[in-house]
Amino acid sequence: MPVIETRGVTKSFGATRALDGVDVSVERGRVLGLLGPNGAGKTTLVQVLTTLLRPDGGQATVAGCDVVRDAALLRTRIGLAGQYAAVDELLTGRENLDLVGLLYHVGRAERRRRTREVLESFALEEAADRPVRTYSGGMRRRLDLGACLVGRPPVLFLDEPTTGLDLRTRNQLWQFIRELVAGDTTVLLTTQYMEEAESLAHRIAVLDYGRVIAQGTADELKSQVGGDVLDARVTHREDLGRAGEVLSRVAGTAAQTEPDSLRVTAPTTGGTDALITAGQELSRAGIPLRDLALRHPSLDDVFLTFTGATAEEPPDDAGERTTGGDD
Amino acid sequence: MSTDVPTSPGVAEAATDPETTPAREGAGGEPIDHELLAVLGEGERPPPAGRFSASMSHLYRAMLRVRHSPTQVTDVTLFPLVMLLMFTFLFGGALAEGGTSEYLQYFLPGVLVNTVLMITMYVGMGLSSDAEKGVFDRFRSLPMWRPSAIIGPLLADAARYVMASIMMLTFGFVLGYRTQGGGAFGIVAAVLLIVVSAFCLSWLWTLIGLVTRNERAVTSISMMLLMPLTFASNVYVSPDTMPGWLRAFVDVNPVSHLATAVRGLMGGTASTGDVLLVLAEAAAMLAVFAPLTMRVYRTRN
Repeated sequence: MPVIETRGVTKSFGATRALDGVDVSVERGRVLGLLGPNGAGKTTLVQVLTTLLRPDGGQATVAGCDVVRDAALLRTRIGLAGQYAAVDELLTGRENLDLVGLLYHVGRAERRRRTREVLESFALEEAADRPVRTYSGGMRRRLDLGACLVGRPPVLFLDEPTTGLDLRTRNQLWQFIRELVAGDTTVLLTTQYMEEAESLAHRIAVLDYGRVIAQGTADELKSQVGGDVLDARVTHREDLGRAGEVLSRVAGTAAQTEPDSLRVTAPTTGGTDALITAGQELSRAGIPLRDLALRHPSLDDVFLTFTGATAEEPPDDAGERTTGGDD
Repeated sequence: MSTDVPTSPGVAEAATDPETTPAREGAGGEPIDHELLAVLGEGERPPPAGRFSASMSHLYRAMLRVRHSPTQVTDVTLFPLVMLLMFTFLFGGALAEGGTSEYLQYFLPGVLVNTVLMITMYVGMGLSSDAEKGVFDRFRSLPMWRPSAIIGPLLADAARYVMASIMMLTFGFVLGYRTQGGGAFGIVAAVLLIVVSAFCLSWLWTLIGLVTRNERAVTSISMMLLMPLTFASNVYVSPDTMPGWLRAFVDVNPVSHLATAVRGLMGGTASTGDVLLVLAEAAAMLAVFAPLTMRVYRTRN
C-alpha cells in the first residue's frame, strides 16, 4: 500500500494553476524523484503533502493520513528539508537539533541522545558547538537534513536538497539519503538534477506546468523517449539550423539544438541505419561535423523530450512558469 | 499484524485540532489508514507539544538567540539610557520652566512609553527573517501548536519590554525622578500597562514581517508609523503649547493615552477611565492584528 499517494490534486494561485490534477504514489521504503524545471510545481506539491498548503481539490494521503483532515496527526510522521537550510544561524548546530527535538516533544535524555546520533551520522560533531553562521553551505544543508530526522519520521520530503552544493558535498548527502532509505524511510525528493534522480530514486515522476507528464523507473522513461538518439556536433554555429532539419527528416522526430555546445540531437528508432543515413545526408548538405554518434537515451533526453527544457538550469520562460511556490 | 495504533491523549487531541478542519466541504476521502500508521509507527511517538509547551520552546529559542548575540539587548539597555540622558539634559532646560529635574518628572513616564514602543519592531524583524529563510516552513511542518512560533517570540519580547522598563526606571531614579503618590504599586501597574500595550502593538509588526519577509521593510514601515505617533503626542511636551490642529491629533493619539495613564499610575493620579481607554485600544489592536497575523502565517507560503 502506498505511503504517499495523491489523486487529482489541484492548487491555484490566482489565475496560475500550480498543480493541475497530480497523481503520484510512493511505496514504503522507496524514493520517488520528482523531476521538473523551475516553476513546474514541485515545491507546491511538497508544501501540500507536508500540510503547509491546502490543496484546492483532489485527495492526498501521507502515512495513512489525509493531508487536510488529519494534518495534525500527519505532522508527527513527516520530516521536511526545504530548498534552503532552515536553521537558526545564531544558534549552534547542537542547539538547533535540540530545539527541533523539543518542538517534537521528545524528552530531554532522548533528545540529547538523538542529537548526538545525528551529529555523528552527519559528521558534524566537531562543529556541533559552533554557531551555524560559521558553517559552510554543505554543513548547513547536512544540519538541515539532520534536523528533520530528530523526530524519527518514517516519511521524508526533500525539496531540492543538493541545489547549490559542490560535487563532493552532493555525493556525501546522497550517501546519507541512501542510508536513510536502507533503514526503511520513505522519501519524496524533488530535483532538477538528472544524475540525482537516477542515482537516488526508485521511480521518477516528471512534472511540468503542474502536471505529471511521465512517470516510471529511469529505464522505463528512457524507453518512452524512443530508444536511441542521433547526436551530431557541427563545426560552425551557422550550420545548426540546417543540421537540425536534416536530423529531423532522417529520424522522423523533432530535433533539439543546443547552441552552446553546437550540438543537435533527435530521438530515433532507426538504429545504425539512421546513423549512416544521417552521415550521408549531412555530408550531402555540405555540413562539416566534429562528431556524429548514436547513443542510448539519458535522463536528460527524457527531460528534454517531455518538457522541452534542459535540466539543471531554468528555462527561458522561467518567469512565466512561476507558480506561487518557491519552485 | 496488529492494527491498533499506540496513541496518547495528545495525539488524539491533535487529530481533532480545529486548525486542521477542512476549509471546504468534502475534503479528504477515506478515514485514517490505521494499519499503515501502525506499520510506520515504530512504537509510541511522543504526543505533539501542547500550547504552553510549544510556546515555551520558542521562548527558549529566543533566549538562546540573545545569549549568542548580546547586541540584541543593547536596545533595552543603552537605548533607554541614551534617550533619557539626551532629552533630560539637552532639552529639559528648554522645555520646562523648572529646569531638568522638573522636566524629568514629566518626561520619564513618557519616555518609558516611547522606548518600549520603539523596541516592539524587533519581533517583526526577527519573524520576517525566519519567514525569508524558510525556518517557518520547518516549524509549520512540526507536530506542535502552530501559533506558538509567533507567540513564543512575542513573549520573549515582553520580557525585553520589562527589562527596558526596569533599566529606564533605574536610570530615572539615579537622575532624580521620584514617584509622587503612585508608589511601588503605581510603578508595577504602569509597567504592566506598557507591556500589555506593547505586546498588542507587536502583532502589527509580526503581520508586516510575515507579509514583507524583509527586515528592512519592517524597520522602515515601523519607523514611519512610530515616529509621528510618538512625537505628535504628549510624551515629550505638554500639548498646551501646540497649535489647535496638532493638539486635536495629540488628544486622540493612542500613544498620548498610554503616556497619560502611565503618568497617572506613577503619580498616583490615574483615573479608571484613562486605564480602561488604553486597555480598550490595546484589545482592539490585538483583535485586529492577531487573527490577521495567524491567517497570514497559516496560509502564506
